Amino acid sequence: MKISIERGTLLKAVGQAQSVVERRNTIPILANVLIEAEGDTVSFRATDLDIEVVDKTNAVVERAGATTVSAVTLHEIVRKLPDGALVQLTDDGASGRLTVEAGRSNFSLATLPKEDFPVMASSDYSANFSAPAPVLRRLFDKSKFAISTEETRYYLNGVYMHVSDAEGGKVLRCVATDGHRLARIDADLPAGAEELPGVIVPRKTVGELRKLLDDDDATIAVSVSETKVRFATPEITLTSKVIDGTFPDYTRVIPVGNTRKMEVDAAEFARAVDRVATVSSERSRAVKLALDEDRLVLSVNAPDAGAAEEELAVAYGDERLEIGFNAKYLLEIASQVDRENAVFLFNSSGDPTLMREGNDTSAVYVVMPMRV
Amino acid sequence: MPALCKDCLTTFETGRRCPACRSPRVLSHPELFDLSIAHMDCDAFYASVEKRDNPDLADKPVIIGGGKRGVVSTACYVARIRGVKSAMPMFQALKLCPEAVVIKPRGSHYAAVSKQIRALMDELSPAIEPLSLDEAFIDMTGTEKLHGQPPAVMLAGLVKRMDEELGLTGSIGLSHNKFLAKVASDLDKPRGFSVIGKAETADFLRDKPVRMIWGVGPAMQASLEKAGIRTFTDLLRWDRQDLHARFGGMGDRLWHLARGQDRRRVSSHEPMKSISNETTFFEDTADPDILDGHLWRLSEKVSDRAKAKDMAGRVVTVKLKRANHSALSRRVSLPDTTQSADRIYRTARDLFDLVAREGPFRLIGVGISDLGPATGSDLSGDLLDPGAAQRRRAEQATDAIRARYGDGAILKGRSIR
Repeated sequence: MKISIERGTLLKAVGQAQSVVERRNTIPILANVLIEAEGDTVSFRATDLDIEVVDKTNAVVERAGATTVSAVTLHEIVRKLPDGALVQLTDDGASGRLTVEAGRSNFSLATLPKEDFPVMASSDYSANFSAPAPVLRRLFDKSKFAISTEETRYYLNGVYMHVSDAEGGKVLRCVATDGHRLARIDADLPAGAEELPGVIVPRKTVGELRKLLDDDDATIAVSVSETKVRFATPEITLTSKVIDGTFPDYTRVIPVGNTRKMEVDAAEFARAVDRVATVSSERSRAVKLALDEDRLVLSVNAPDAGAAEEELAVAYGDERLEIGFNAKYLLEIASQVDRENAVFLFNSSGDPTLMREGNDTSAVYVVMPMRV
Repeated sequence: MPALCKDCLTTFETGRRCPACRSPRVLSHPELFDLSIAHMDCDAFYASVEKRDNPDLADKPVIIGGGKRGVVSTACYVARIRGVKSAMPMFQALKLCPEAVVIKPRGSHYAAVSKQIRALMDELSPAIEPLSLDEAFIDMTGTEKLHGQPPAVMLAGLVKRMDEELGLTGSIGLSHNKFLAKVASDLDKPRGFSVIGKAETADFLRDKPVRMIWGVGPAMQASLEKAGIRTFTDLLRWDRQDLHARFGGMGDRLWHLARGQDRRRVSSHEPMKSISNETTFFEDTADPDILDGHLWRLSEKVSDRAKAKDMAGRVVTVKLKRANHSALSRRVSLPDTTQSADRIYRTARDLFDLVAREGPFRLIGVGISDLGPATGSDLSGDLLDPGAAQRRRAEQATDAIRARYGDGAILKGRSIR
């Protein structure tokens, strides 16, 4: 194999590969990226056995062939090469080394046979549709903060992507929760997604997917089966196993009878929460919200450390209410609001609270209160 | 290089023998008089006490142990030469050393001797943290003005007095933190005095195995090994987030220890660190119903103790021992602290389910750690478990009934499984 490729192109492809490979794995080949050159394209393939990413890119292929080499090392080398450099990758097949040349730099890297590289089995995808990058970006960006990290609740360690009924008909919906807060984000159902089986997209996949979604004009081809999900741009294909578990029935968690409505400027609210929470050094810092006619008093009382209080003007017309929340959870949901005011719907101080942006029901958040 | 004679406590600048008493027992180290965190560990404490009390035993191999479980508690150095080790089953120890004198431990006697040692240590510093009857950390920081001597001299004096006044020997580790002091005291036993300076810390740790860390037992070792971590150098390759993600709080600690950092203070009244209960079965079992009953009863015991002490824990741990004695434990950190039997049980049950297939088991244990005051516990509810609030009220009612009519007045069905 002998190829020439521009440094920037190579960096992007290898960058994606090195973030997928398992950093400290016990199977050496999983640390490698499989480089395959044929015609005028080169593909870079990396896997941790749960996720596989393939990045196809144009290059000058002088001699077709394939080999595998440490993804992290290759990435480090390419990263340190000067911008605009032309990089030549040569593998003579016999020496067990890949030569990396650029300008006056010359590297020789150990390779492992391409035959040993595990290629992820393909799946029968029952749903294929395409969606604009900004739509997927919104679905996952606004839900991923609520993904659980608890190993015992592995079925919550991802975003549940499925088709659901909403007021205006069927929607493509992403839900994530850790039992303390929940995010439910809807988007118009893309053509072809009707048969989508509900799947739990693992946290790491969500992180890798995010790198495909930066380009506003890109369209992402999505394929879903019961066991796998695939996201593809013309250059990059990301395939991932989905979490083998049942996502809990979240619909009964979302309160429908909450009538006490508070409307507040989200940014101002978040800043105030952040300020009052400063006095407590507890990891689960409780902030008390005391609501009265058009007035919200935020307070924190940490017996060992001190106390803080701040008053905010809000729109609230219901009877007096005192309710406590984990400051971190409040900040996280408030920071999801970017266009309009945050609307909170409370019931009692022991019941879950709902938050949305203005009257937009396509993104709703639920947060469990804390006793204060 | 500063030097100190361990026999007459004379300090001097370099030399193989003491200029005052000509003793070869000289200790020299560039940072000898700058370090102040020490660990004192008695040499074969129980056996040494027995030998001191009965001089006939002096040259004989002595093993302290016996009782139901029949394991070696302490072996004297004569027995150790034959391969006898602490925690070894007694039959095996006697196979290695058939003429050994086996003595049943006299707990209260050792405790009394330990008090005498403690009295000597109290003269050195107010900051003493005993780990057991025969070892303690001593923080000598800032005592040089008081004693007119650097810590190293006072510590050498301590073991000298233990030897002369109590007839017992001990080993000292001197360094700049607790972790390294403890490691050092073990380097040169018996009658040792080892120093690990700041400058040599990184070099010293480099090729050492991670099992050297206090708190890294066989199970932790195995999971570290799975991650390719055997030595401190292996640890240094990991970044902090990855270690934390894989090993939780212990991961953070490992990250610091790999760099020779340990910021724990020597504290004479160490607060309680965990509350746990465990039970060993008459017969190994893999029966989920039986194990579930044990999980509940143990959770309830832990919860009762936590409630009695007005404490709550953030971390719930389940500990298991397989039929072949290999240990297994799983832990999880909750978003807030708990003392509720129901919550401890449910968390423990989830943890147990992760490893239930590895049975049969001979032991099961439940514990809480990362303790804090009870106010501030069980404050957050669970969206996915709407019945939790109701069960919490039921538990409060149960507690009230028990407080009034006794523990047997009301029981959960699953506790009689």
